[in-house]
Amino acid sequence: MAKHLTPGRIVLYAALVLMAIYYLLPLYVMLSTSVKTLDDIRGGNLIALPQSITFDAWSKAWSSACTGVECGGMKGFFWNSVKMAVPSVLISTLIGAVNGYVVSMWRFRGSDVLFTLLLVGCFIPFQVVLLPMARLLGELGIANTTSGLILVHVIYGLAFTTLFFRNFFVTIPDELVKAARIDGAGFWTIFFRILLPISGPIFMVCVIWQFTQIWNDFLFGVVFAAGESQPITVALNNLVNTSTGVKEYNVDMAAAIIAALPTLFVYMVAGRYFVRGLTAGAVKG
Amino acid sequence: MAALSINNVCKTYANGTDVLKGIDIAIEDGQFLILVGPSGCGKSTLLNMIAGLDDISSGDIEIGSKRVNDLSPKDRDIAMVFQSYALYPSMSVRKNISFGLEIRKMPQAEIDATVERVAQMLQMTHLLDRKPSQLSGGQRQRVAMGRALARSPSIFLFDEPLSNLDAKLRVEMRTEIKLMHQRLKSTIVYVTHDQIEAMTLGDRIAVMKDGIVQQFGSPQDIYDNPANLFVASFIGSPSMNFIPAQVVESAGVLGVKICDDQGCVILPLPHAQEKMQPWLGREVIFGIRPEQITDARTAYREGLPVMACHIDVIEPTGPDTLVFVSLNNTKVCCRTHPTEAKLPGHSMELVFDVSKAVLFDPTTEQRIA
Repeated sequence: MAKHLTPGRIVLYAALVLMAIYYLLPLYVMLSTSVKTLDDIRGGNLIALPQSITFDAWSKAWSSACTGVECGGMKGFFWNSVKMAVPSVLISTLIGAVNGYVVSMWRFRGSDVLFTLLLVGCFIPFQVVLLPMARLLGELGIANTTSGLILVHVIYGLAFTTLFFRNFFVTIPDELVKAARIDGAGFWTIFFRILLPISGPIFMVCVIWQFTQIWNDFLFGVVFAAGESQPITVALNNLVNTSTGVKEYNVDMAAAIIAALPTLFVYMVAGRYFVRGLTAGAVKG
Repeated sequence: MAALSINNVCKTYANGTDVLKGIDIAIEDGQFLILVGPSGCGKSTLLNMIAGLDDISSGDIEIGSKRVNDLSPKDRDIAMVFQSYALYPSMSVRKNISFGLEIRKMPQAEIDATVERVAQMLQMTHLLDRKPSQLSGGQRQRVAMGRALARSPSIFLFDEPLSNLDAKLRVEMRTEIKLMHQRLKSTIVYVTHDQIEAMTLGDRIAVMKDGIVQQFGSPQDIYDNPANLFVASFIGSPSMNFIPAQVVESAGVLGVKICDDQGCVILPLPHAQEKMQPWLGREVIFGIRPEQITDARTAYREGLPVMACHIDVIEPTGPDTLVFVSLNNTKVCCRTHPTEAKLPGHSMELVFDVSKAVLFDPTTEQRIA
């Protein structure tokens, strides 16, 4: 504990405060612009405080802004994203948990190879799978639907969720599984009654990671979903690119914040578990 | 309760490593079997195979008179206590004990009664509603034992259950395990690397090394009549002295020639004359335990060979003082009475009780006599 503010400390704190401001500035600009009137935006400068606060831009962005030819706001697309993200996150996390359980606790001949192959999945760029995936979705008859998008996100997310759960489960002594087997518990009993109850932290990591990835995804959304089923990221892009003469910066900003709110919310609610879960297996094992 | 017999059991891994090379062990109902050996000797693998957690490559394991090779762990009627205790972290102590009973669909009233009985037996009734993380090491150990006891299996398997405890607690729990065995007359297989645990707990000890049972017998038999150099050196603390020595004849009796820097004596070995005959004039390894080289007051018989030796180091342990001397250029440990031990640098008369001394072949390391 420093008792005095030495010159070094002052420089350090000043630098930290500056960095904090620098990072917060875009958020401030977005928030303030979204509550300004268009006149205010045109008249003042970017970082000036709003002269009067109005939420007109927010309600327009939510329910009546035009994204292309439709003018129903972000509302419908927001729910599209919810309908896409929630099942994708849950399904990929659950399957990842089972995968991780198998490759860490029930090794079989070739399970290491399988795990390595899954790991490779983490490094495959989105762009590489676009064409094969489009064909697959076409064959399955779910191209341009939310279900199709869910399938894509589940498959793509599996590599990560499996890795997370596997790395968590390898830190748990396999004597625990042996003890349960001797007690007479089977594959699923061990999974549901012994391992899942202690997997809270890694569950949070997976949910946050997957939710952020899936909610923020633009490429899959723009390629594999069309019109009615587009996610909010694509809608935001369309909204910003659609102008009827005047560029409505306040509506753009409000729409962008609406698109970002759910991930912010998830971080605020579960962020501390994120760090805890990521470092849970880091010390041992 | 059941007898256990292991017949010519082998374990070979997929990469060709032989972990167990033909194990034969049989114990009767109610016996306490110890598998002891250095790490990597295959003792834990053997235990896992008895439990059914590991496959058997060839051979048979019978519990009672039932061949269990192809039975899954839950159908073998066994319970196991692990080194890490392996308590279910999310469950209370009560749940930990009752989990196996619930899975076996025991009626709830019976489960409650069993948990109560086990908790009382191990004096942990007050801990029943705690989580494992709220327990000390000794308490966790107790819960792990309780979980095994609740199942009343035909065989208990212990995998180094005391290794994670501190020295004092380990001795306490050791006694408790022994008491439990005496009370319940249960069949137990217990894996340890600690030869003191092996000696104190076992009815039968199997000393293992490199996937082979080196010797199988009662603790005293293994201590007094080790089959080879490895068993002799592994069992006993401080370890047996191994002195390279020549077999010589003196006054018609065969013996071994022991020298220090002041001179030589010949220790006659009357109990081993016949077996020594082929070795006359050749070099053997003379094995003698520290308590068999002692001061004149502690030696309990008259007429034993005596030698004055130069003391290098002494280690007082309290009840005894260990005196280290150099014989045939080998460091030799002798156990003497604390008041009789002389200081380092001095000379002391040591009495050799050769009646239990053993001889080993220096090349094969097998017992000669």
